[in-house]
Amino acid sequence: MIRPLIDRGAGAAVSVREADAAPLARARLQRSRRERRLVVVLIGALVVVAAFSLAVGAYSLSVPDLLRTLTGQGTQSESFIVFSLRLPRLTLAVLVGVAFALSGALFQTVLRNPLASPDIIGVTGGASAAAVFGMLILGFGAVATSFAAFAGAIVIACAIYLLAWRGGVVGYRFVLIGVGVAFMVQGLLGYLLSRADLNDAQGALLWLVGSVGGARWQDVAVVAAVLLALLPVIRVLGARLRALQLGDDLARSLGVGAERTRLVLLVIAVALAATATAAVGPLAFVAFVSAPIARRALATGGLALIPAALVGALITAVADFTAQHLLPGQLELPAGIITGAIGAPYLLWLLATSNTTGKGA
Amino acid sequence: MTQSATPHTGHDLRAEGLSLGYDQTAIIDDLDLNVVPGALTVIVGANASGKSTLLKGLARLLKPTAGQVTLGGRNIAALPGKKVATVVGLLPQQPIAPDGITVADLVGRGRYPHQGWFRQWSSTDDGIVAGAMAATNTAELATRRLEDLSGGQRQRVWIAMVLAQNPEILLLDEPTTFLDVTHQIEVLDLLLERNRERGTTVVMVLHDLNLAARYADHLVVMRSGRIVANGTPAETLTAEIVRYAFDLEARIVPDPVCGAPMVVPIGRFHGRATDTEGSSDSAVAPATAPHGAAPTGR
Repeated sequence: MIRPLIDRGAGAAVSVREADAAPLARARLQRSRRERRLVVVLIGALVVVAAFSLAVGAYSLSVPDLLRTLTGQGTQSESFIVFSLRLPRLTLAVLVGVAFALSGALFQTVLRNPLASPDIIGVTGGASAAAVFGMLILGFGAVATSFAAFAGAIVIACAIYLLAWRGGVVGYRFVLIGVGVAFMVQGLLGYLLSRADLNDAQGALLWLVGSVGGARWQDVAVVAAVLLALLPVIRVLGARLRALQLGDDLARSLGVGAERTRLVLLVIAVALAATATAAVGPLAFVAFVSAPIARRALATGGLALIPAALVGALITAVADFTAQHLLPGQLELPAGIITGAIGAPYLLWLLATSNTTGKGA
Repeated sequence: MTQSATPHTGHDLRAEGLSLGYDQTAIIDDLDLNVVPGALTVIVGANASGKSTLLKGLARLLKPTAGQVTLGGRNIAALPGKKVATVVGLLPQQPIAPDGITVADLVGRGRYPHQGWFRQWSSTDDGIVAGAMAATNTAELATRRLEDLSGGQRQRVWIAMVLAQNPEILLLDEPTTFLDVTHQIEVLDLLLERNRERGTTVVMVLHDLNLAARYADHLVVMRSGRIVANGTPAETLTAEIVRYAFDLEARIVPDPVCGAPMVVPIGRFHGRATDTEGSSDSAVAPATAPHGAAPTGR
């Protein structure tokens, strides 16, 4: 029996012929406009938070006073409070927020896993362990501690990369090994703290929570310099990162050296996290939550690196402001407590929901 | 199948003494293959016969452990990746998409190899992307999110992406897997159309032998990392070769729709009684024949 030969109308796929590019241009414009709107909103929020941070405190300034001071017309004490105390602190909070957020965004994108963030996989933990070792055992001062933290992050990141390497690095293996390393580092930290003098341990603990208090313009300059050097590189690598999002095979077939691109981007991400941790300590969860929040807000599937950076800046600025003024009187919390309070529920939520689909990123 | 109507433009893709493997495991061993320019080639073989690995090797995704792949006579491993990507495109079996990505964004990413430091996105790119989306009938989906689409739509979008790459040689790893029969035919028609109208060389891995026979100009049959047959479907799809490559007894009859060979598998329970009255080109299953693995593994 011969089945009737059905003419399928040449297949639904064939009928549309004329390629009209206008809708595509429109869709692209829509996506970029959406991102621009989000960026404007975030910058607006940041300006408001910045104004509060600069104006409110033991010595509060009115908005006209603040504006007058910022344009250089303030009294000597007002200028001192704004330019020597509050502005460096605010600027540092914003810059490390950007650095942590971009670091997390790169880690999560390159390893295609929302858990792959420097604070989860032990990179900032490595910085902490090295810094505490320097403080407690070697008696390091502030500057040497920062260098130790930076070196610790780099060493731990290299260790994770090498341990995860099996002719290539796969996201989940990197994350699992990183989580294991993070626990080891925690153990080391516990050991260091338990055998330390109580007063020294108190100082180390404060550093471990992460705080932008006591920021000086030198700290700001270091973080700013690193950001200035790395931001253009990230910008240039953006197209490759977008190809890498489609999987290694597809990235390679599009002409992107997947392994090398991943390595370069991880190096940048580690440098950002190390710099930020060296400056303010391991501010918990800023790297972890910023990019997911920005991407959810943007909802176009784009990289959203600029919104992510701004979300990070906003989180640290708000966290620091809250930490300064949450408790009455002169009691001041480290900002890391606040970021931790934001990040931990998100981690729980992520673990609870991602398990149902069993996929990352 | 009718012969290709459009002449190709000239990049020959060849495997010469090619060996491929992961870690210590050799998967492809000393394999030679000339991809016929302008033709539609289908690679078939049992599971783990090295089809996907061969495809990855041809697309420069794997470094050969021995031998080489040449493109236009030059070792593909020595050519810059981006340059190769303007000529050879590969759609992997299970590509990954970032959460929330829109169809237009995804298809546009196929333009990556054509962009550079100084050549950013242009209206030419828009035109080519629009063309790819029109050819795959995905234009109306432009602003939809990939995850909201059906399996058939999603596969068309992925194909649009690799068409936007505009390769002369298009490699696809099981482009019809997970699709129902209607959408399988739709995807294959679409690829055949691209091949016939644009002269795009198409090489794909398929599991369905009958669809392979119907659509292929050239059929490459693999077993254990080697090519056991290479030629037109009529030459390659014989009962002996099917038995050897798939450990499967089968009868070969002409496809009632287009006359290509059609493989009718014989399992343990069916077809044995009628063996004696089968036509001359059918496989006569000996009583002791091993009944081997199923051919599709799907």
